[in-house]
Amino acid sequence: MNLALTELRRRPSRFVTATLILTLLSVLLMLLGGLLDGLTNNSVGAITAQRAEIITYSREAGVILTRSRIDPSTRASIEGVDGVDRIGGLGQTTIGARINDAGPRDLVGVALFGFEIPPVGITEVPADGEAIADDSLREQGAEIGSVLRLGPNETPLKVTGFISDSNFQNNASVWVSLDTWRQVTAENRPRAAVGQDVSQAITVMGDGTVPVAELIDRIDAATNGTTASFTPEGSVLENDAVQGQQGTFNQIIGVTVTIAVVVVALFFALLTVERTGLYGVLKAIGARSSTLFIGVVAQAIVVTLIASAIGSAIAVVLDVTLPPGVIPYQLGLSRVLFSVVALLFASVVGCAFSLRRVLRIDPASAIGTAL
Amino acid sequence: MTSAPASPPDSPASSAVGAPPALHLIDVRKLYVTGDTEVAAIDHATLTVAADEIVALVGPSGSGKTTLCSIAGGILGATSGQVVVTGQDITGYSERQLSAFRRESVGFVFQSVNLVPFLTARENLLVVDELGKRTGSAARQRADQLLEELGLSDRARNMPSELSGGQRQRVAIGRALMNDPKLVLFDEPTSALDSKLGDQVTQLIRHEMKSRGTAAIIVTHDDRITQYADRVVHISDGVLQA
Repeated sequence: MNLALTELRRRPSRFVTATLILTLLSVLLMLLGGLLDGLTNNSVGAITAQRAEIITYSREAGVILTRSRIDPSTRASIEGVDGVDRIGGLGQTTIGARINDAGPRDLVGVALFGFEIPPVGITEVPADGEAIADDSLREQGAEIGSVLRLGPNETPLKVTGFISDSNFQNNASVWVSLDTWRQVTAENRPRAAVGQDVSQAITVMGDGTVPVAELIDRIDAATNGTTASFTPEGSVLENDAVQGQQGTFNQIIGVTVTIAVVVVALFFALLTVERTGLYGVLKAIGARSSTLFIGVVAQAIVVTLIASAIGSAIAVVLDVTLPPGVIPYQLGLSRVLFSVVALLFASVVGCAFSLRRVLRIDPASAIGTAL
Repeated sequence: MTSAPASPPDSPASSAVGAPPALHLIDVRKLYVTGDTEVAAIDHATLTVAADEIVALVGPSGSGKTTLCSIAGGILGATSGQVVVTGQDITGYSERQLSAFRRESVGFVFQSVNLVPFLTARENLLVVDELGKRTGSAARQRADQLLEELGLSDRARNMPSELSGGQRQRVAIGRALMNDPKLVLFDEPTSALDSKLGDQVTQLIRHEMKSRGTAAIIVTHDDRITQYADRVVHISDGVLQA
């Protein structure tokens, strides 16, 4: 392996092309992944931001909040389940908002959430008439103290704080108390209004004595099957639009990884052909095929790591420099790690295509061969 | 330093007291099949090389001398017959066993020198250690000692492209001696050198082999080399001749 790494160090120009192509593929992988995560977050950020472990919907609603209704008796059933520590109502209405003194036509679509158990990023339920807004509303001019006028009745809400990454269905979220949500919805979207003590869903926190999966079963059993409960992540997976989006992007990511496999395979196959004489000599003086192949893999891994490091740096710079809201691009550590691991996997698989060539090199080729 | 052409090919000209022969080929055949025809590259060859003997294997192109050398070094397998090197019968060795045998028991110097182009002269010697069980500082000491003996101490850090043809060949000899072999196989070691340099390298080979008590087979078609061998064995159409 030392031999292979020494070659990398002393003859870097031989590996420039492969490093460059793998860097581009690395950037592409992270861009695609960042876009997927950004789009997903734009669609269901408010759901993944839930601090609660379980979200319970009415069964016929699937995971669509606006179709779901939980009445007080169902709520009481859920609250009485063994293993439940705390529950809270959750409701959502999509509505137009005017920020500060914006004109009647300067409407911004927002997802108004009423809640009782605060999501991650919010410490307590705002007072009536107050709201926590998603960061993305800052781009529209919102700041602490701004007044949002919601719906045709221009119901006023005062912004008292901001939350990150909590968009819903591509709209900025606005978080208010459950009562405020009911009031705003009733005043501006009467057909979407719910009755007193009714919510669209229930968020549940367990007491830690029962595994989440079992608690989900207990809740749905306690409501005689009238509810369907999921973890926040499970809710996202049940969402058809998100599934379609992820399927499409994952296919493109898969094709990109396949291209990386082909690039590495072709590059190292060519390099192996070029090294036939050298490998023949090394085999003649006692090198095992496995030693030579490990050298090829080590070179591929180092080239991939260098390419991934450059690719990650470019992707992070893009993430930092792109103004929020321009494109839904969100790069997280897990996405970077996934891209690096995917490329490493591609490079090892690509190298495997060179294994047969390495095995077939005859040490007798060393005789009469010039390097 | 005189040849002994009168000896039959299977009789060593000299022998170290008590040491087993460096090489013992017994009725070795190497056949190649081309279509329906069988071609004998080596035909019933029997040859013994004593523990400290230098044998020049001489013959025209295509006579089978390189094939014989490759069989003796465990690079090629014989179709039939027995190959015993320094007491090890390598006839039935697997690929893995042959790799270990080449790594530990024999040295090779190839016609085209074939140093690793991106390693320095010293590293080209140490590559032998890297391929086997690493001995670390012992290997480094041995490499430095060999380079000094070969007059290359001041060239240890030079890349092969920075060395002359003779210096490269000396590095190749050093590499062949790194594993302290009992048998070194030279394939046309002077073919790429002019006659003066060829003489110098051949003298060096003889000196290095004799000072270590190491046996050598020098494959050549250059009659001038034969004066440095203890014995000359001719080969023609795969058949060894006295």
